[in-house]
Amino acid sequence: MLRLTDVHAAYGPILALHGVSLEVPTGSIVTLLGPNGAGKTTTLRVVSGLLHPSSGTVEFEGRRIDRMAAEAIVSLGVSQVPENRQLFAELTVLENLRLGAYIRRDRNGIKQDMEQVFHYFPILHDRQKQVAGTLSGGEQQMLAIGRGLMARPRLLLLDEPSMGLAPLVTREIFEIVKSINQKQKVTILLVEQNASLALAIAEHGYVLETGRIALSDTCANLQRSEAVRRSYLGY
Amino acid sequence: MELLLQQVMTGLATGSVYGLVALAIVLIYRSTDVINFAQGQMAMFTTFFAWMLFDGSFLGRHIHPLHFWIAFTLTLVFASIMGALLERIVIRPVEGRPILTIVIVTLGLFAIFENLATWSWGGIPKAFPPPPEIHVSGITFFGDGALDIGPTVISYHDLTIMVVAVGIMIALYAFFQYTPVGLAMRGTAQNSVAARLMGIRVGNMLTLGWALSALVGAVGGMLIAPLVLLQPPMMLGVLLYAFAAAVLGGMDSPPGAVVGGLTLGIVENLVGTYTTEEYIGVDWFGPELKLTAALLIIVLVLLIRPTGLFGRRALRRV
Repeated sequence: MLRLTDVHAAYGPILALHGVSLEVPTGSIVTLLGPNGAGKTTTLRVVSGLLHPSSGTVEFEGRRIDRMAAEAIVSLGVSQVPENRQLFAELTVLENLRLGAYIRRDRNGIKQDMEQVFHYFPILHDRQKQVAGTLSGGEQQMLAIGRGLMARPRLLLLDEPSMGLAPLVTREIFEIVKSINQKQKVTILLVEQNASLALAIAEHGYVLETGRIALSDTCANLQRSEAVRRSYLGY
Repeated sequence: MELLLQQVMTGLATGSVYGLVALAIVLIYRSTDVINFAQGQMAMFTTFFAWMLFDGSFLGRHIHPLHFWIAFTLTLVFASIMGALLERIVIRPVEGRPILTIVIVTLGLFAIFENLATWSWGGIPKAFPPPPEIHVSGITFFGDGALDIGPTVISYHDLTIMVVAVGIMIALYAFFQYTPVGLAMRGTAQNSVAARLMGIRVGNMLTLGWALSALVGAVGGMLIAPLVLLQPPMMLGVLLYAFAAAVLGGMDSPPGAVVGGLTLGIVENLVGTYTTEEYIGVDWFGPELKLTAALLIIVLVLLIRPTGLFGRRALRRV
């Protein structure tokens, strides 16, 4: 579904990705692990079109998207839930969700998806009229994911959904991510610091180090790997 | 008492215009972080455009003079296009530059519009007619004369200003609150990266913001012109009050701009009336200082509430 081939990307003169290649098969959850500054977020930004690669290609469903604008890529079915959530802090929960569906015109479909989001995250239903900036961290993350789903994506890019959240909340969110993947058949590319949780729900994992893919294997193998265990799982 | 009510009514009318121009300033500030110092001169320029249409001369040619409301409507179209083009051609190239750069650019626009107007139409003040009479089920709106409202009267022109201003404010509120594009504009103002991820074309929203703001300013210009005479510097005073109104209400709050404008309009009129020796018993203060008095009030308000009356610091939990 998604394929990156030898992607280089830079912020001005600073090279952030030195030839990243990876693949996300349709229907799967793939996770991208690695230390801070390895280029995980940059990789997602390249996919969503916020950053154009300096060389290399990004293909989504067989189509080159590496020169397309972020605004256009959403319409193809790629939705990004960005790092730090990036909510519209002064808009209400409902308005945030409505903006998530901005590219769509099918009123009934939007309504259904809204119900679906409220089904996953009942707390958002109770807080519909509340301004997003006043939600708790966990609720904000739920809203960010819900907003991402409102575009009805086929590929969902999740950037560190566990950041700053209590372990229990993180676990709850990961379970919902799993069921979004299984029930709604949304393919997911998950960037995470919390490697053990990510490896538990994903099928395939990549480890990114200083802008290069250092490891690529099934999550089962990565969990057993000595190097991954020591560096990311901490035991 | 009668005089007081009278002054309050007149204050509300001029205050509505300050509110409208303040609204125009706040609209741009909120959606693009740009403070547009040319707002008043843009409004003056579009008011000249309206005058041309119903005066029957267009770019040196004679045209059939248009009816006031047709000219009014065409001017709104002209103003929106002008605002949109300004954003695309002048503002976009300096987008994201330091704030001072952008301020200088809008000050440049200020001078350009002022000069263009003087060059095209000369500096001699022109009479700008108030909207003509309309009769609806026996009641006269607009035109000359005044409406008797019990203890006092209110001139039809003042009434027109208030009705049109309130109409514009309601329309804007509905647009931002209930339409997808209005919602997208609010979203863009808050977080443009997230807006792009939602598929919102941020550039278009900024263009639209300028168009809307030029339109609102144009309405303000056409409403105030009959009171101050049409001439290139006619909006200077209004602009000053409008900025003061925007700051008083809170730079990021459209309702604040309106309330700020109304407050200033009333204060200006009351200070202008009651500061003569007859009322306060001293002769060193007078109506000439009404602008000073109005600005003093703002300073006091801002000392107590630095965000203005309605402005808010973003409430955020991380």
